[in-house]
Amino acid sequence: MNTEKNIKTLIVKKPLKLDCGKTIKDFPIAYQTYGSLNSKKDNAILIFHALTGDQFVTGINPVTNKEGWWSYAVGPDKAIDTNKYFVICSNVIGGCMGSYGPSHKDTDQKIFGTNFPVITINDMVNAQYNLLDHFGIDKLFSITGGSMGGMQVLQFICNFPDKSKTVIPIATTSSHSAQNIAFNELGRQAITADSNWKDGNYTSNETNPGKGLAVARMAAHITYLSKKGLQEKFGRKLQEREDLKFGFDADFQIESYLRYQGSVFVDRFDANSYLYITRAMDYFDLAKQFKGNLSEAFINTKAKFFIISFTSDWLYPTQENKDIVIALNSIGADVGFVEIKSDKGHDSFLLDVPDFLNALKNFLDKSYEEN
Amino acid sequence: MKNEFQVIADLIEKDKKVLDVGCADGTLMKFLKENKNINIRGLEISKEKVQECIAKGLTVIEGNAEKDLKQFPDKSFDYVVLSQTLQAFLNPELVLDELLRVGKKAIVTIPNFGYWKVRFHLLFKGTMPITKTLPDEWYNTPNLHMCTIKDFFHFVKLKDIKIFKSLALNNLNTSIINENNLGAKNLFADLGIFLIEK
Repeated sequence: MNTEKNIKTLIVKKPLKLDCGKTIKDFPIAYQTYGSLNSKKDNAILIFHALTGDQFVTGINPVTNKEGWWSYAVGPDKAIDTNKYFVICSNVIGGCMGSYGPSHKDTDQKIFGTNFPVITINDMVNAQYNLLDHFGIDKLFSITGGSMGGMQVLQFICNFPDKSKTVIPIATTSSHSAQNIAFNELGRQAITADSNWKDGNYTSNETNPGKGLAVARMAAHITYLSKKGLQEKFGRKLQEREDLKFGFDADFQIESYLRYQGSVFVDRFDANSYLYITRAMDYFDLAKQFKGNLSEAFINTKAKFFIISFTSDWLYPTQENKDIVIALNSIGADVGFVEIKSDKGHDSFLLDVPDFLNALKNFLDKSYEEN
Repeated sequence: MKNEFQVIADLIEKDKKVLDVGCADGTLMKFLKENKNINIRGLEISKEKVQECIAKGLTVIEGNAEKDLKQFPDKSFDYVVLSQTLQAFLNPELVLDELLRVGKKAIVTIPNFGYWKVRFHLLFKGTMPITKTLPDEWYNTPNLHMCTIKDFFHFVKLKDIKIFKSLALNNLNTSIINENNLGAKNLFADLGIFLIEK
């Protein structure tokens, strides 16, 4: 992975005890900021990225040279308006865009691989909390993120109840479902079945388990879309051919599309990071941290919550988002909720879905006015 | 803002916590928040209306009162408001019970099917009544369980629900309903407003 150029890092000196029992210290967190912090330091928004995201939220990602993953939502005059707000996003630990992860070297200068400690969503947010000290921010204006980003949002406000005024979990869950664990396991099995994986001890780009990682990405990609969305976009359309070829080449456009998604993914993502991050998602069960009572996770916060789900998201369906709303209502928390109509599946939060972007903008801007 | 909302707002003291069930575009919520410093929440079934509330900076939950009131703890609001919606539920009795469980008090308003114009419409035209408060045709009305002020009055008595205040609304005129004038109010009011408690 290209982790050198254009990547800002904060070296966290303070030891961090991980859920697995190990302690890490002097580790890097790679981050990016957009907009500027005002003199009162009350306009900061911390964004948490999803499984395959990184700190390059918007604009051109300097490593991949592609648009940032949340370019529709973040930028000047956009829903998360960088003319107004100071946006911070960091790569999760376990990731592969500069933060401490399995592609880093241990004290013996040997690449960690699967010797990297297993990390959790809790570890991720505890690591990222150091960014507040770094910027001298006492209280964030908002924290937000979709999917695994939403899990981090929930864990962050649970761990640091008075550190954000508003909280916006999007298309997420408080407890990873059996179905989602199953999909993640499918991806991990694809990676570990690749003979290039070598128990995680691959070293160069030429010999990495790219085929396994591509299959993992293809399978996951299907779960991010809806049946209707796929049918409308691809149907049974053929790929640059008049008729079926009676072979196993990509006859259908959907096959070609998935193969492309798989191949571009391996250029930017580390297979071991994929194992680590999916594991962190599977281990996420916020209610379990409070003996099954999710409300307890939020009992100490006065933050204003706004939860958003999408009609066609079957990976993190509305009901799982509503369970968070219910837990918050049962303790009289300040919580709003909207389910956005969209046929773009789980990926809706990353795409140009005007109802979603308007709701996000209105919630943020109105809450900021009342600040 | 319509007169009905002004009457509702007058029933609520400052600084209270209020849930507006079926809050629509949030007009009443916004008024209560800005003029009476009310800690206000809304529950609304329409996605478009929820968006309008968010644009006004109001805290609203998209949901259905028949299913989603149960998530609120007992007596977690000082007042729960239900404006002209009771008749549109599949099970109004259950919703009424839920309103009184969640709220210390409830304010319920009903379009009065006993209003003289409604009665005349059915009597002389022989077709389902259409009035200012009942604007829809029989085939597209959301109303499933129409009642009169008298019906509602008897119903809450039957259920041992305490009535603090019953008001009759006719255009801009507000008057108090009691046992003695119930028949007359049931004829001349097009809207009934009830402040109740269980």
